[in-house]
Amino acid sequence: MLDLNIVSRVFTAADGSRLEAVKNLQFQLKPHTFTCIVGPSGCGKTSTLRMILGLDTGFEGHINMGAEATVSAVFQEPRLLPWRTVEQNVRLALPKSKTNMLLDDLFEQLGLIPVRSFYPSELSLGLARRAAIARAFALAPELLILDEPFVSLDDYTAERLRKILLDVWQAHPTTALMVTHNIREAAELADTVLVFSERPASVLNTVTIDVPQKLRDDETIDNIVRQVRAAMSVTRTASV
Amino acid sequence: MQSNQRGPQIAALSIVTLLVLWSALTFLISDKTLPSPMEVASAIATEWQSGELLFHLGATLLRVIAAFIIAMFIGSCIGILLGMDANVNRFVEPWLILLLNLPALVIIVLAYIWFGLNEAAAIGAVAINKIPNVVITLREGARSLDLAYAELARVYRFSWWKRLRHVVLPQLQPFFAAATRSGVSLIWKIVLVVELLGRSNGVGFQIYLYFQLFDVATILAYSFAFVAVMLLVEYLILQPIERRSTRWRASNARS
Repeated sequence: MLDLNIVSRVFTAADGSRLEAVKNLQFQLKPHTFTCIVGPSGCGKTSTLRMILGLDTGFEGHINMGAEATVSAVFQEPRLLPWRTVEQNVRLALPKSKTNMLLDDLFEQLGLIPVRSFYPSELSLGLARRAAIARAFALAPELLILDEPFVSLDDYTAERLRKILLDVWQAHPTTALMVTHNIREAAELADTVLVFSERPASVLNTVTIDVPQKLRDDETIDNIVRQVRAAMSVTRTASV
Repeated sequence: MQSNQRGPQIAALSIVTLLVLWSALTFLISDKTLPSPMEVASAIATEWQSGELLFHLGATLLRVIAAFIIAMFIGSCIGILLGMDANVNRFVEPWLILLLNLPALVIIVLAYIWFGLNEAAAIGAVAINKIPNVVITLREGARSLDLAYAELARVYRFSWWKRLRHVVLPQLQPFFAAATRSGVSLIWKIVLVVELLGRSNGVGFQIYLYFQLFDVATILAYSFAFVAVMLLVEYLILQPIERRSTRWRASNARS
C-alpha cells in the first residue's frame, strides 16, 4: 500500500543553521494493517507524516502509494472548521459524488448522532476528536494517517476513544498509520510498531504483533508493551 | 446585565437631551441660520409630500450601493491577492500608498474631467476612493489566515471553490465586516461630494441647491433623512447579516 524511502529531509533555519530531521528512513505498509510509530520526542515522526500527506515536499527520496490513493488524516488537534457544524465538517471532506451519502451508521458508531448539528466550539475535546475521526473514515480512505489523535485527553476518554477507533477501523478496514507517544496505545491498536531512532529519524526496530487486536487481554498488552520498550532501548549502532 | 437592559432607555434619553439642548440654543440665538428641530421636521415633511425627498434619497442610495459593491469586490480581490503573495504586495504597495493619500476631491475632479459628467464617472470615482481601504483591511485578513485549515483543505483535496467558500471566506468574515462598516459610512459621504460637483440629482445636489438659497432647515432635513436611511441599512441589513454569519461565535460564547 505504501512504500516509503526518504533518504534525507533537512530543515534550514533563518540563520542558515541546518537540522537533519530524517535520514535513510524506509518502511512499507501492507494493505488493511494498523501500524504505529513510536520514538523519542522531536525525532521526526510528525515530519514523516507531513511528507506522506504531501504537506512537505522538500525531501530527498520517494513515497509511493498509487497515484489516485485516497488519503485522510486525523491531526493532533481536531482541526474542525469552527464555522461549520459537525455534520457539515464531515460532509465537506467528501468528494462531490459522495456529498449526500448516509452518515448515520458512522455517527452512531462514534456516538455523534446527538451532536451532529452542533458547532465544534460546543463540543468537548473528546467529542471533537470523534468528529475528526468520523471525517477521516467517511472518506473511506485507502490510507489513514493519525498524528497523536488522543493526545491531551484524560485516560478514561482516551481509553474509550481507542476502543471506538478500533471498532470503526474494523468496520471500515483501511491501512492506518498512527504516531503516538503512548506505548500502551500502540500495543492495543497496532499490528506493527515501528520504533524510530533519535533525530534524524530512521527505523530503529520493528515489532510485529500476531495477536489480533480484539483478542488482546491486559496480559498480552503488557507483554507487547515490554517488547516495544525493549525495542526502543536498542541503540542505533546496536540495531545496525 | 442591568446596564444592557437599560441600553435603549439611555440612548433615548441621550437623543431627547440633544433635541432639548438644540431647541434651547435656537431659542437663545434666534438666527435664521440655526433652525429649530421643529423647523427641520417641517422641512422634512414638506420635501416628503412633494416627493422630492424620496426621489433624491433614492438616487443617492443607488449610487452608494453601486459604489459599495464595486469597491468591495475589487478591493477584496486585490487585498486577498496581496495578503497571499508578498512579491505582488511589494509591487503594488507604492500605488496603494499613492491612492490612500490622494484627496477624494482630486479623484472626483479628475474622473469628471477624464470621463465626463456622467453616472459611471461619479460611481467610479467613489469606488476608487474606497478601494484602497478595502484592500488594506482584506490584506491583513489574508495574512492572518490559519495555515492549519489550509493544510486540512489540501489533505482532503478541497476544490478551489470549496476552499474559498468554506475555509478562506469564513476566516475573512471579521475583515469583511470591518471593511463594510467603514465602507458604507465613507462612501455615502463621498457620494454627496460627487453629486454636489457633477450630478443633477441626489442628496448632495439638493444640499448644494439649498446652500445657495441659505436654507439651513432643508439642508439639515436632507442630511438627517439620509442618516436615517443609513441607520435602517445598518439595523435591517448589515447587523442581521453579521449576526447570521457569526452564529458559530455566539454558540462559542454560550458554551
